[in-house]
Amino acid sequence: MSLLSLKQISKTFANGTRALGQLDLSVARGEFISLLGPSGCGKSTALRLIAGLDQTDSGSLTWNEARPDIGFVFQDPTLMPWTNVFDNVYLPLRLKGVTRTEATPKIMDVLTRVGLRDFAQSFPRELSGGMKMRASIARALVLRPALLLMDEPFAALDEITRLKLNRDLLELQAELGMTVIFVTHSVYESAYLSSRICVFSHRPGRIIESIDVGPSGPRDDAFRLTSAYLETCQRASTALQNAMERA
Amino acid sequence: MRSARLLPLLTFAALLLGWEALVQIQNIPPYVLPAPTRILVTLREDCALLSAALLVTLKITVLALALATSIGVALAILFAQWSWLERTFFPIAVILQVTPIIAIAPLLLIYLDADTAVLACAFLVAFFPILSNTALGLSSTDHNLRDLFDLYGASPWQQMYLLRLPSALPYFLGGLRIAGGLALIGAIAAEIAAGASGQGAGLAYRIVEAGYRLNIPRMFAALVLISVAGISIWLVLELVTNQLLKRWHDSARDLSR
Ligand SMILES: Nc1ncnc2c1ncn2[C@@H]1O[C@H](COP(=O)(O)OP(=O)(O)OP(=O)(O)O)[C@@H](O)[C@H]1O
Ligand SMILES: [Mg+2]
Repeated sequence: MSLLSLKQISKTFANGTRALGQLDLSVARGEFISLLGPSGCGKSTALRLIAGLDQTDSGSLTWNEARPDIGFVFQDPTLMPWTNVFDNVYLPLRLKGVTRTEATPKIMDVLTRVGLRDFAQSFPRELSGGMKMRASIARALVLRPALLLMDEPFAALDEITRLKLNRDLLELQAELGMTVIFVTHSVYESAYLSSRICVFSHRPGRIIESIDVGPSGPRDDAFRLTSAYLETCQRASTALQNAMERA
Repeated sequence: MRSARLLPLLTFAALLLGWEALVQIQNIPPYVLPAPTRILVTLREDCALLSAALLVTLKITVLALALATSIGVALAILFAQWSWLERTFFPIAVILQVTPIIAIAPLLLIYLDADTAVLACAFLVAFFPILSNTALGLSSTDHNLRDLFDLYGASPWQQMYLLRLPSALPYFLGGLRIAGGLALIGAIAAEIAAGASGQGAGLAYRIVEAGYRLNIPRMFAALVLISVAGISIWLVLELVTNQLLKRWHDSARDLSR
């Protein structure tokens, strides 16, 4: 069932930069879509347009039903440094007018899911990079959004942490029944996580190749050894190379 | 660490000792240069007079600072919500700031009674750093956080209360520390200007008065008290800043560490 479709979207910034040209993308419920592409091709811009943080110039962005709650995980953890993890995660609920007492069980639930239950009272600067990212993910999940947008969330983390968070993310997606759109630079990450990989062309960005990987859902580490996974990496990598060469 | 604190103390003690020795050896009369011990004695003898004066000056300074803080912050918030207000009124604030207070004081003394004029001067100099720093802080929020608030449909006042005010806090406190010192300077300058009309009872007025009477030791004693007042204000504001920021802002050091 379709959640959202983008048709012929283009975006030019005030300074004349054409970030997106003729972007077509249709997102079905429950999909895990990775956006892969050269730096500066408009992936972040696409996410911002979907989130409603920027306006499209032309083309149409239509939600199948009403626009659902959206969670957004930025490339930086983007936590409020002046308050603790609990209050950071409380923010989306607070802005919706939910009282603290009502919110507490929900907050503790997401914090448990991301493994930060014991750090609710810690301030962001007392956390490691990976823990900050988890807090940021917890905040994005606390409204139980139907759609989760993530902009290179794990780019700054070490390989082990990144693999662990990847696995956790797939479990969370299955548990909460979310649709995820995930921007990454890593072919391997996208091949492991996605049900579909969309490879962007060089700026102005549009999708030049769409690779179906398989049904979304939790995957164990053995998945990385399957020939299907390696083949996906190969295809994505070739598509990415083409995108860069055409620049 | 310990020697870092000891060194300035020792230097200061050595200076005082040298001063004392110079006066004693050269037999300099106190109406030319009183020795530190003589100043101490004067401080004790004139205790009642001087501490009453200190209280007057401190009261004015603190009151001016409180006024400057509430009005400065309120204005900064209004400026941040409506930029046309800022374009209209900020230039006036700048004009008030760049005109030396010592030149404004005599004028204020004509229109206002002496106490109010002194308060107004202290307020005028303390007000600007608070306004401009807070305004800067309110417009320096992290743009990702602003996007986040937009995403969740936060109203302008929710953004102000939950995002912009907290992120402006370090800037505001920076302004407050500058304003604390300036408020004292403003009060003293105005008292001196008012001194001639002979109504004030603050420390600066005592200095002027002691000057007319060639009571040099008392001038020094009053000066010492002014310095002590300035240092105390600075220390208190430093402490407040550290308490408010130590858990999250890089500028604040945890003093216990
Ligand atoms: N606010 C803006 N004003 C002007 N140009 C912008 C703005 N935001 C992005 N751009 C430009 O639009 C293009 C696409 O930017 P975008 O951030 O979407 O790229 P990206 O694909 O996310 O790149 P990266 O992978 O490096 O994050 C870039 O050339 C960028 O310079
Ligand atoms: Mg980007």
